[in-house]
Amino acid sequence: MNIRVQNISKNFERFPALNDVSVEVRQGDLLALLGPSGSGKTTLLRIIAGLEFPHPNDGKVLFDDKDVTWSSAYERRAGFVFQHYALFNHLTVAENIAFGLRVRPRKTRPPESEIQKRITVLLEMVQLPGLEKRFPAQLSGGQRQRIALARALAVEPKILLLDEPFGALDAKVRKDLRKWLRKFHDQTGLTTIFVTHDQEEAFELADHVTILHQGKIQQSGTPKEILARPANAFVTDFLDLPNSKKASS
Amino acid sequence: MSSFTLAARTPNHDPKPVAYTLTVLAFAAVGLILVLPLVAVFAEAFSKGIGVFLHTFTDSSIQHSIAMTLKVAALAVPLNTIFGLAAAWSVTRFTFPGRRFLISLIELPLWVSPVIGGLIYTLIFGIQMPLGAWLDERNIQIIFAYPGLVLATVFVTFPFVARVLIPLMEQQGQAEEEAAVSLGARGWQVFWRVTLPRIRIGLLYGVVLCNARAMGEFGAVSVVSGVIRNKTVTIPLQIEILHAEYHFAEAFALASLLSVLGIITLVLKLYLEREPVLRPPLAPAWEDRRRQRDPAQPTS
Repeated sequence: MNIRVQNISKNFERFPALNDVSVEVRQGDLLALLGPSGSGKTTLLRIIAGLEFPHPNDGKVLFDDKDVTWSSAYERRAGFVFQHYALFNHLTVAENIAFGLRVRPRKTRPPESEIQKRITVLLEMVQLPGLEKRFPAQLSGGQRQRIALARALAVEPKILLLDEPFGALDAKVRKDLRKWLRKFHDQTGLTTIFVTHDQEEAFELADHVTILHQGKIQQSGTPKEILARPANAFVTDFLDLPNSKKASS
Repeated sequence: MSSFTLAARTPNHDPKPVAYTLTVLAFAAVGLILVLPLVAVFAEAFSKGIGVFLHTFTDSSIQHSIAMTLKVAALAVPLNTIFGLAAAWSVTRFTFPGRRFLISLIELPLWVSPVIGGLIYTLIFGIQMPLGAWLDERNIQIIFAYPGLVLATVFVTFPFVARVLIPLMEQQGQAEEEAAVSLGARGWQVFWRVTLPRIRIGLLYGVVLCNARAMGEFGAVSVVSGVIRNKTVTIPLQIEILHAEYHFAEAFALASLLSVLGIITLVLKLYLEREPVLRPPLAPAWEDRRRQRDPAQPTS
């Protein structure tokens, strides 16, 4: 599914959180929203998911050619992985993964045997087979992360949105999961957007990177393009590029 | 370094004798002010023997007062559970102007004298007021009847459920609810499958405290009751009547019933407080955890 964000503006009480932001992601692409904290990247991700209230003050969100600006998160069905995973702590791993299937109306709900099968397949997919009966509190950070991913994927979304997916993990696990996510993305063919403040992560993982600062897009492009021609002083500074490459801005 | 050690000094680092003395004093004060009267209630209740104690509960007015208290609590507690949930939901899930003010307003019955709560209702529903007159014409009686008792009790016990839930829900944030929505859950499914299971201990805690207060309420209820025997008298009012009529043993026998309710509440409260989030003192620990966790607030 193609995602198009057109001229989105969103104000928080006093200050603008996003100012005339446009982003386009092609089917199967992996996009990183990169920026320091307070740059508006998480707000943008939440607007795409339909989780941000009140709605944006201006602009549109399109999934393929469908305008979803005013659709609820329920209707958009974007897989969302939260920064702190937001697993249901009172449910087991299996129940967490099955959640999105069990809340469906009876007509579209798969039979219980099918749900069980899907749980097994998803756990294998995220390389954590056999953890069905555990509770989230009994898992490590990296495991929780992958269960959150399995839960989001259980409903077969066309889009995957990840908010600081590696933010709460230690360096070693981070690196492993990063490689794993890239492979995973390529296998599933999902359209994926992830938010990060870590430029190394963004550039290593993503096909395209969009750099945000103070609610405005500073530069969009492939990692190569951005590294070769940083658009302005902020980008040069944020990416810690040598001064010789600094653009005249 | 030395200034750091000084700054980290807490009462726990006081010399041992001081700590022991203070602890003993605290227990002595609690014993004298709280436990001794409780023991006295039971001592007095059984002062004329177990026969008189048991005989108290065969009296029809006393039985009626017990039934009345149960009936009032049976309606007031569920009502305040729903109000408390709704109030906590709205102030923790939405931001709107006057939100802080609303939170303080919910606590109003805690610092306003219960008598005022009773008086307000006698005023609103008294026949001299339009609403009271209108209801009176239709033979609907609020004051000096069961509905009045429930209203007064609801007023007094309004904050109990909301007060427990607001900080709890604020601390938990709403990432899990958002996750449920993004997985396709509808409003009610989110509530039953995610919100309610997460707050159930806190909710039970609030309900236990609310119930204890509802059954024990005297001030507000006495104003709207009119103390009509065998009609609008609850246990606390009945105790007052018995006491005023010099039936001390009976008064204390009935009082011991309320005391047992108090003790059960205390035990339940201690049991539920094994849940760390409900352990008093609540505020500082919550603030810390909130800062650490940073629930899904759109900060970046």
